[in-house]
Amino acid sequence: MVGYLISLGISIATFALFSLGLNLQWGYTGLINFGHIAFMTLGAYATVLLSLKGVPLVLAALAGGLLAALLGLLIGLSTLRLREDYLAIVTIGVSEVIRLIALNEEELTQGTRGVVGYPLPLNVSELNIGLKLGMTALLGAIIGWGLWKLWPWIRQLPSNLPLPSRQRNALLFGGYCLGLALLVGCLWLGFGTNRLFFVLALLPLGAAVCLPYGQSKQPLAALQQQSANTHVGLALTTLTLGLALTIHSAIFIGLWFDYTYKVGLVWLLMVVLALVFWRLEALVDSPWGRVLKAIREDEEVATALGKNVFRYKLQSLMIGGAIAGIAGAFYAWQLTFINPDGFIPLVTFQAWIIVVLGGSGNNVGTLLGAMIFWAYDTATRFALPSLLPLDDARLGAFRVMVIGVMMIVLMMWRPQGILGKKEELTLGR
Amino acid sequence: MVDNAIPASSAMPLLSAHSLVKSFGGIKAVHNVDISVEPGTIAGLIGPNGAGKTTLFNLLCNFIEPDQGRIIFDGNPIHTLPCHQIASKGMVRTFQVARVLSRLSVLDNMLLAAPQQSGEKLSNTWIFSRRPSITRQEKGLRHRAMDILESVGLSHMTHSYAGCLSGGQRKLLEMGRALMAEPKLILLDEPAAGVNPTLINQICEHIKTWNQQGITFLIIEHNMDVIMSLCDRVWVLAEGQNLMSGTPQEVQSNTKVLEAYLGQ
Repeated sequence: MVGYLISLGISIATFALFSLGLNLQWGYTGLINFGHIAFMTLGAYATVLLSLKGVPLVLAALAGGLLAALLGLLIGLSTLRLREDYLAIVTIGVSEVIRLIALNEEELTQGTRGVVGYPLPLNVSELNIGLKLGMTALLGAIIGWGLWKLWPWIRQLPSNLPLPSRQRNALLFGGYCLGLALLVGCLWLGFGTNRLFFVLALLPLGAAVCLPYGQSKQPLAALQQQSANTHVGLALTTLTLGLALTIHSAIFIGLWFDYTYKVGLVWLLMVVLALVFWRLEALVDSPWGRVLKAIREDEEVATALGKNVFRYKLQSLMIGGAIAGIAGAFYAWQLTFINPDGFIPLVTFQAWIIVVLGGSGNNVGTLLGAMIFWAYDTATRFALPSLLPLDDARLGAFRVMVIGVMMIVLMMWRPQGILGKKEELTLGR
Repeated sequence: MVDNAIPASSAMPLLSAHSLVKSFGGIKAVHNVDISVEPGTIAGLIGPNGAGKTTLFNLLCNFIEPDQGRIIFDGNPIHTLPCHQIASKGMVRTFQVARVLSRLSVLDNMLLAAPQQSGEKLSNTWIFSRRPSITRQEKGLRHRAMDILESVGLSHMTHSYAGCLSGGQRKLLEMGRALMAEPKLILLDEPAAGVNPTLINQICEHIKTWNQQGITFLIIEHNMDVIMSLCDRVWVLAEGQNLMSGTPQEVQSNTKVLEAYLGQ
């Protein structure tokens, strides 16, 4: 269970990082990039191949990010004068070109046979005590910072919507409790030998449940007064916060009792993700970010007001690309084996699902989207085989189909994404 | 860039264009047009629909590259500059249909327009986005933006999305935004189009006030009352060519102008 949660954590964080890059390009600058995987491919291969040549891992990953940024520069210089759908076509083309190069340049990339046996970060059998303490402290600080940032948002959650009927409330509340019970039940069943983990995991889960209601004196009465939307919001908050905190407690357990290189990897990812998220949030709030948003809205207005639109678009494309390149390094480290089949356009569209799901132009939403996407992936991977009498291939297709249905439902219920702002959709040009 | 700067003097026009030509395929949208705007004045640009007025605006700002001709602004040739540099030289335009940045707040629309913001440089923001020089500048700009919003009567909308504004409010915001860019010359494309008469009067008052504060205007407008009450000099275009120019009274009584508008 601990090992599985850590793998899940790696997937979530890698895709969160990858999608944050896309969110900068699409959500904030309005660039339709359908070839985001190109940056990841370049980052992954560059990191792996350089580290095989003996370059230190940190430098190799940074070089991967830099190369991805250069690819962004190249794409930008040649195509940013195109608009919207044309840019989309060119970028998807570039991503296929990069994949086909990786497939056919066998001397460099070994083609379909793939690259294997490359060095991995923090790949030791046991960490020394000082390192353990330092890593625990840093991770704790990141969690603390995250909760600190989320607190105002959590506080204002159950407050603003009108009262619906009593029955509906009871139904929603019942369903909500049932969902929570199921989650706890699942943890119980998959619990196995690691008793300590279970005890520790219940703590953050309990904390997450309490957080949204914590500020109310009569939590149950407060909950009953809320509308369906708030219930969904609360359920999402609780589940995702619970998942995040459970994964984090799994990392702590891993660090202290059950160290594998994946624990080190997920720790590193959390640090990088926190760093990237922090800088991105500051950047999109700065005057620089204001220009990006202006370009998203109407680039001719930005031009008429003296902004060098081309330059800002290039910067956005390059930064988003560099982030995806670094995500690529982590992707390669997680898989321990890469070949071009892992870098098909589907991955780009998974990132798009994540960004749209969470609400484009919202970094917190992107993190949330990544968690929901992978929680869904995990839940269906384990639950569906026992529920549906289908073979693996059909089950796989079915799961993708359900994602489609989910996206359609989401677009009807909240076309702006989970954390997007509804009023933004109704604004005239 | 050719930079044979001539010191600007009061005798020199702020903006002058010489024999501008622009064809779209076989259509000569603008053919050998000259125009000049004296500093501190309000100039009008009129003509029947399809006369090439908006195309001329696009040429002046280099939104469209002219086939031939020269444009001198403030003593420097600008027809070779990319459009964003023209804006930062002090010539800002508005659009025929007001274009606001919908999903930005009214205040952000204003702040965006301010020139030379150090926080807009990635090299200044990527590590320390809250360095004192940036926050200080931002604070100053916020004050200026609030003052302008106050003067155009939009201060109650400061934190709303610009997309929530009505058509008239959008026109006001667009003008306020142009002002925020600290321009020497503002090109207004039909400021009174689709606006109710009371608001038209307000807009005219604002233009007069800002003109007294030293900003030069070039205005495209179909509303003759606006042209007559505001402009010091009027340029008339018809079928992509200069028809005449003169004071509003001269233009009004000119038979060629009447012919162009009403047909023979």
